[in-house]
Amino acid sequence: MAQATFEEISASDFFYRNRDIAGFTNPSRAIFAAIRELVENSLDAAESQKIPPDIYVRLSFEAEATKDTQIYKLRVEDNGSGIQPRFIPSAFGQVLYGSKYKLKQMRGTFGLGGKMAVLYGQITTHQAAYVTSSTGQAKIYSFKLMIDIQRNRPIILDRKVLINKDQWRGTIVEFSLEGDYLRAMPKILEYFKQTAMVNPYANLTFVDPKGRLYKFTRATTEMPEPPKETLPHPYGVDVELLQRLIQITPYKTMAEFLKYHFHRVGDITAQKFLDFSGVSPSKNPKRLSHEEIVRLMQNLKRFKEFLPPDASCLSPLGEELLRAGIQKELKPEYLVVHQRKPSTYAGHPFIIEVGIAYGGEIPKKGSFVLYRFANRIPLLYDEASDVSFRVINSMNWRRYKVSPDMPIAIVVHICSTKVPYKTVGKEFIADRAEVRREVANELREVARQLQHFLSKREHVDREKKRLGIFAKYLPKIAQFSASLAGKEKLPDVDKLIKSVQKYGAEET
Amino acid sequence: MEQKKPKSRVAEKKNEVVASLKNFGTRIYDQLDKGVFPTISMPSRSTENIHYDPHLRQFILGDKSVSRSARNIRHVKPFTQLSWAAMFSNELTTQRKTSTLRDVYYSAQAYNMTFKDQQESNNIITDLETVTGYSREDFNIFPEERSAVFGDLTIEYTVPGYEGKTLNLTSHPDGVLIGPALTSSEFTHTTADKVIAIEKGGLFTRFIEENVHKKHNALLVLTAGQAPRQTRHFIRRLHDELNLPVYIFTDGDPWGMHIAMVIISGSANAAHLRELNTPDAVWSGVWATDIVNYKLPTDPLDDVDIKRLYELQKDPRYQNDPLWQREIKTFLKIRKKAEQEAFSRYGLTYIVDEYLPTKLKQTT
Repeated sequence: MAQATFEEISASDFFYRNRDIAGFTNPSRAIFAAIRELVENSLDAAESQKIPPDIYVRLSFEAEATKDTQIYKLRVEDNGSGIQPRFIPSAFGQVLYGSKYKLKQMRGTFGLGGKMAVLYGQITTHQAAYVTSSTGQAKIYSFKLMIDIQRNRPIILDRKVLINKDQWRGTIVEFSLEGDYLRAMPKILEYFKQTAMVNPYANLTFVDPKGRLYKFTRATTEMPEPPKETLPHPYGVDVELLQRLIQITPYKTMAEFLKYHFHRVGDITAQKFLDFSGVSPSKNPKRLSHEEIVRLMQNLKRFKEFLPPDASCLSPLGEELLRAGIQKELKPEYLVVHQRKPSTYAGHPFIIEVGIAYGGEIPKKGSFVLYRFANRIPLLYDEASDVSFRVINSMNWRRYKVSPDMPIAIVVHICSTKVPYKTVGKEFIADRAEVRREVANELREVARQLQHFLSKREHVDREKKRLGIFAKYLPKIAQFSASLAGKEKLPDVDKLIKSVQKYGAEET
Repeated sequence: MEQKKPKSRVAEKKNEVVASLKNFGTRIYDQLDKGVFPTISMPSRSTENIHYDPHLRQFILGDKSVSRSARNIRHVKPFTQLSWAAMFSNELTTQRKTSTLRDVYYSAQAYNMTFKDQQESNNIITDLETVTGYSREDFNIFPEERSAVFGDLTIEYTVPGYEGKTLNLTSHPDGVLIGPALTSSEFTHTTADKVIAIEKGGLFTRFIEENVHKKHNALLVLTAGQAPRQTRHFIRRLHDELNLPVYIFTDGDPWGMHIAMVIISGSANAAHLRELNTPDAVWSGVWATDIVNYKLPTDPLDDVDIKRLYELQKDPRYQNDPLWQREIKTFLKIRKKAEQEAFSRYGLTYIVDEYLPTKLKQTT
């Protein structure tokens, strides 16, 4: 696969040299990224088994490193699927080895996160990582690992096998790394809070180096349907993917090749497409020349009759879970959530879910608080570049009687097999027309409902205030007039006050 | 000198005032007792309902009336304030205590009846005046401004602690304050045969020093600028009860002229009230024509003065008597004004010895 002419470098070597790509830019970012990658692996591992995740994260101080950084030990435990013993060394000791190179909605897609964290720990502390896991079978396997960076291979330093008396299932990862927790702390805590918001069925526990405990308790054990694996949609393929498919295909005709390797292509669509592009249905795909492959790719994008991708490969949170998550973390007075029908961009299906929360414990900040999520991951950086931020800023909120100085939080969640991130840092969603339109329509929908709520509340408040005025003054009129008239007995005004309540609008 | 037996109205009026307040309260009470929202109506005080009545020679309110209902969300608060103000006034008058507008504003807070500001509480008092037809001084609510009177008039107090005591208004050389105690007094005896109202304190003192009250057999009233309502009512009583003609001396400018006019014909703000003006009083000077005839030292009229003159020219109160129109025209022609003190150029006593007798004769 590697075709370098002058010097071959391994994948781990490449990421060692370019660790910015994976988010390990500086000591504070690195510690945040390490926690985040491992937590997300753990969430995926539990969700794949339809088990409500229980994740325990502990960061403990080991030693001073430099003026601004320290050595910490990071331990992440989960109750997920566990990893079969033969895969453990590679899963944590070999970059770009993983279970995520398939087309369905997943949190990570590089197969990079967990390994990068371990790799980063190794290069900053020269210490081994410990991985303990069981799939719930009879045994628990425990490995002490390092990565041979140049060869991108795990080195097993020690291996233990324990009897799994309690049928424990899950994975524990523990390793040391250099970082700057103090600077990373606000983001890390925000990360846990937002992760809890968008994974309301998860228990998250974090113990920080000062020994402080942060606990995020699940609000439900309901979990969203896990996504189904899917084939690539014709609109989304490139030449490289076509070539790979041709290499591995067992099918001998173009008709079968199209039908079995692409999403939503059947006999009829395959036939129509081949007519459209002037390729014989019986042609053997392995006989296609390079030029023919390029033309085929272009025609795939040009052909108008492919059905849009279906969304079974997506696993949105759903309105109920989104509501539960926002309710438990933000405790608003009013909350409305909405999920739109699946849509697509460039052959990739996506679903937008939004929520808008008002009042309660949401602070007044002079601007809306925006929470962004992609495939159930909180996005914490580069807010101003995100499509949601731009849509919110360009919306005419006054139309909805909503203003930024109200205590309002907006939650936007995008689910996709390929989230349209703008940069490798994966921190914000690109401003693509299809996505922008969906986000905008979604926000308008919830804004309308918020407006309805606000005006109803205003009406109730006004009514309450109105009744309050009568209840305050009528007894006084009774008192004053009785005194003037020289009467002992006060006239009874309760009936009058009640009558105001019954008939709504007698004001002129 | 001839002695007069004045006719008393003071005690009689007090009873009427108390009865009107009680009547107002009973009307509200009865409506509430019947289980209906109380409503009251009163003449509208909006500008389009204020008319000048040439017969009464004062402003009056027209036929338009406004109604206040305790059922209306916007009325219920002012309605309550009005009931409170009536009750408060009733307590004042029956307990013979006096109060001021500022007092009213604060007293309301004791009843958990807050007024937004002084203006709001003043308006409510004006409402009460409109509803009952009596002025706030009748309810013992007095403004802060004070004016004074000097001359041979003996009064008999009716205020608590002084009942039956008498006072001759020459007993203090600075004059006697026209306050609640004086305005509620009965007039028992006078030798005066006229009233001279003076705009400014300096001249008032000069007149006393120069024995004008003796020389001209007059009661001297200091209006201290625009005459307060109680002073206007006091002048009216001097005229009605003692049958005294009233002469008014002011500065020779549009403002002085209008001070005289308000004593004579009242103000639009008090269109809902009666007996605050003295239609038979006369403005004796300083006229614009006096400025010319006496060659008085002058200041030029400024823009505000001129604007005011054009306003007054159209004012219905200035239409009856050719004197006013003539003086306005003269002011506009000479574009000059003069203060009462301007006569001092001919010596300090000139105004008393020469000008005053001449003008009194001229305007009688």
